[in-house]
Amino acid sequence: MNEIGYLEIFARAAVLFWPVWLALAIVMGTSFMFRSRLSLYGQLYDSWVGIIGIFLVLFWVFTALLADFIIPLDPFQQVSGMKRAVPGTIIPDGGASYDVYLFGGDNLARDVFSRMIVGSQTVLAIAPIATLFAFMVGITLGLPAGYFSGKTDTILTFLANLVLAFPVILLFYLLVTPGIRDTPIPTSMAAVLFLFPVVFFVMFFYSRYYTRPDLVWFQLSGVILIGGWMYLGLAFNADPLGILSMDPNTLNIFVSVVFVNSPTVFRIVRGLTMDIKTRDYVAAAQTRGERPWYIMLWEILPNARGPLIVDLCLRIGYTTILLGTLGFFGLGVSPESPDWGLAINEGRQLWRSVVHIALPPALALMTLVLGLNLLADALREQSLKD
Amino acid sequence: MLIFILRRLGVMVLTMLALTFIVFFLTNLEPNLIKLALSDGNMRMTEEQTMQWLENRGYLRPFHERYFEWLGGVFTGDLGESTRFKQPVTELLAERLAATGKLMFFVMITMVPAALLIGVLAGMREGTRLDRGLSIVSIGSTATPEYVSGIIFTVLFASMFKAWGETYAWFPEWLHLNGSAASATGRSGITFYNFTLPVMTMAIYGMGYVARMTRASMAEVMTAQYIRTARLKGVAFRSIVIKHALRNALIAPFTVIMLQFPWLLTGVVIVEAMFNYKGFGLALVEAAENNDINLLMACSLASVAVVLITQLISDIGYVYLNPRIRVK
Repeated sequence: MNEIGYLEIFARAAVLFWPVWLALAIVMGTSFMFRSRLSLYGQLYDSWVGIIGIFLVLFWVFTALLADFIIPLDPFQQVSGMKRAVPGTIIPDGGASYDVYLFGGDNLARDVFSRMIVGSQTVLAIAPIATLFAFMVGITLGLPAGYFSGKTDTILTFLANLVLAFPVILLFYLLVTPGIRDTPIPTSMAAVLFLFPVVFFVMFFYSRYYTRPDLVWFQLSGVILIGGWMYLGLAFNADPLGILSMDPNTLNIFVSVVFVNSPTVFRIVRGLTMDIKTRDYVAAAQTRGERPWYIMLWEILPNARGPLIVDLCLRIGYTTILLGTLGFFGLGVSPESPDWGLAINEGRQLWRSVVHIALPPALALMTLVLGLNLLADALREQSLKD
Repeated sequence: MLIFILRRLGVMVLTMLALTFIVFFLTNLEPNLIKLALSDGNMRMTEEQTMQWLENRGYLRPFHERYFEWLGGVFTGDLGESTRFKQPVTELLAERLAATGKLMFFVMITMVPAALLIGVLAGMREGTRLDRGLSIVSIGSTATPEYVSGIIFTVLFASMFKAWGETYAWFPEWLHLNGSAASATGRSGITFYNFTLPVMTMAIYGMGYVARMTRASMAEVMTAQYIRTARLKGVAFRSIVIKHALRNALIAPFTVIMLQFPWLLTGVVIVEAMFNYKGFGLALVEAAENNDINLLMACSLASVAVVLITQLISDIGYVYLNPRIRVK
């Protein structure tokens, strides 16, 4: 008997996930108990859609965080004789830290199960942060475009539509190639795009507290110190402290994803701003003599947060799909990396004979995106209730 | 209206100029030119030989000169020759676009009715169990990108059902489908056997989004005053939905469906690469992998044109469908 049955495979997989179950039980249990005190997040526990969404998202978050405690085998280790092994194949001779390839072996005789788990780390590291950056860019540009209208608006909208009209795949093929990394394009794009969060926070504090110099200097120096440090580290790989760094490969993917996502965010923010600026409280602020940036960041933005949070959830899911697409075409990922999209692509080339290689990462990606979409739906329902 | 369309056309031309310029710039970056030389010429050329190769074929001439040359070609209908397929680009593109057009056609005639049906059924009685169930289905479908549903469908229809069909006599033969659409452009033409999987895969991802939009718009219409009047008048629920609500509820999804085209374009690339269907998407992938400049330029021109024209149609159509909207 060289294989174990499907029932045993799933039972063993479930046991291996014990740190995730534990973390999920603690977090979701306590959140459920105190849900009445947790405002928006707590309200999500009122509906099944919200609970399932939170469950799926947290499941992958904890899997990514605790990956080292879950993986039974080294995801890069090739074991002879395990090439394209069917799920549940027992590793021939001992010596390995675990005795079974739960979800089988891939084309290079590596453990599909461990690779799926480690693959979640790249996705969950890049997708949410890239989406947040895209939001910073979209908000910083969308607010003035919607508020001032006129020439700024025309030019920015034209640029946004320009990027949106670009076929995404073509853009990725042109931007995320090894050759591009030798040119200054990714770094200069990063230099521009990563500037927006810093600008955003500087304006955010300055517009409100500029009348109180003691406070504003303190805040601004904090923002510029932290922001500048992250900016140097992420965009130029020149962190003076040597903590933050991003390898050129990841930077390339990251920048392209932010670049593709921000025009859509820009359009949403612009639309919301144009709608909200006609409200009475904006008129009141204008009559008080508040400056435009104060009105945009402290009057309009907080009132636009509902749709924006929903869109943030959806967009993280969309970014996950985009990252999968990149991997699927083998763009911007090193061939050994356990990226989900890449694994799907590898499995697809042999799926007529072996089906199990592509299926686990495909289902993993689907459940993560499904969780995010359900979460977005639950959030939308909640915001409609208010 | 005429001025509106003219102005939009002007912006369109400007967008296309800017985009082709960017694509031209990116494809002519040195690393990409070297990729072209290595794939089209000899793989084992030294650096010096590569440069010589590029020089001989005129790739190292000033950038703007070559861009305007290309632009001149566009206006005279000459898009150059594809280095990857050794064929005039216009000829190749026409052939490939026709193949993709067929795929799109089938995707649209399956996706749109299914999405509208789901959306209308879910939206007509908001908050019921039917609505919840259908909403979960459409959320699930938006969470399934083509490369995931493609894998799942192929595993099911192409390998599992094949094995079942061979072992069990009762198993319906027609459920076993081909996991490759390569034969659809060949002699056998489009058949149910080779075309269902790609169409299904593509339709699923877009369906959920359109269904969600239809549902939202339907739910909004169902709370309108005239629906209440109709109900109080004693009109049957069925005819309220069909006669009163549907017409107004379908305006918003119309725009959404039109704006789906750019999205479908990405889907086309994935699905065609996945199922090996020789259409526009596969041409784009192969052109990009080999940095086939002329073909890439033509591909981007075609896809941008599709995106912009559908946007224009959706805007104009919206005005016609919704008389309350006036354009300035």
